[in-house]
Amino acid sequence: MEIMVLLLIMMVLAALWAVMTSLLLRSAIALALTSVILTVIMYRMGAPLAAVFELSVCAGLISVVFISVISLTHRLPLKEYLARRQSRIMRFWPLPVILIIAGVALILIKNPLGAISPVSAGAQDVRAVMWNLRQLDLFGQIMILLAGVFGVLILFKGYKHD
Amino acid sequence: MIDLWLILIFIILLLIEGFYCVVATYNLLRVLIGLEILIKAATLFVIAAGYVSGNMALAQAMVITVIVIEVVVVVIAAGIILGFFSEYDSLNVRNARNMKG
Repeated sequence: MEIMVLLLIMMVLAALWAVMTSLLLRSAIALALTSVILTVIMYRMGAPLAAVFELSVCAGLISVVFISVISLTHRLPLKEYLARRQSRIMRFWPLPVILIIAGVALILIKNPLGAISPVSAGAQDVRAVMWNLRQLDLFGQIMILLAGVFGVLILFKGYKHD
Repeated sequence: MIDLWLILIFIILLLIEGFYCVVATYNLLRVLIGLEILIKAATLFVIAAGYVSGNMALAQAMVITVIVIEVVVVVIAAGIILGFFSEYDSLNVRNARNMKG
């Protein structure tokens, strides 16, 4: 239990770093770190397959996409960067305060859910659920992936004409 | 045993971070990062729900679907952001006011 609390705190802190840092590259790395910690949490809660997907796709592929996009853009001039950084600090300093207040308030609220203990349903296999019960989800996933591929093709086709 | 209320507190904190990032920033990439944090909170909630209901297999199937959708959303959004950058030479979302339509 203590390890889980520690992991959850680390995840919130990593996400806070992703939001607060002024450099986009650090932000992408912090997002990948958030995904890695979420992977550990998922594994500890008994979802190893989803954890592997989270690690390989969210911490891997999405980080690559973010870093590629950042590398295709360019830095602001130093003067403008410093001015924007100052305005960023002014806009984002309330966030940690809001988080601390919300966290303390939620901890002080008496648990409205009561003691919920996990139901031990029959151990189903995730593969059986995906292929037998959720077949429409798989078709939906295929359609979305195809839509993504066509979307990327169209976007880069536009680049070539420019 | 994992306390569901404790996990819910952290999910709410993640949601606050994500919403704040989306609302307070003018950088399109940071909007996407805020969206990612929101999706991570939703993912954690689905896993916690599966843990409590004892139906972790269904929760995992849902999470895999969410991850696939997340990737496609991020890739398409990244393409749109690059198109925006090539047009305006900036990632500032306020430039979108100059768009047609």
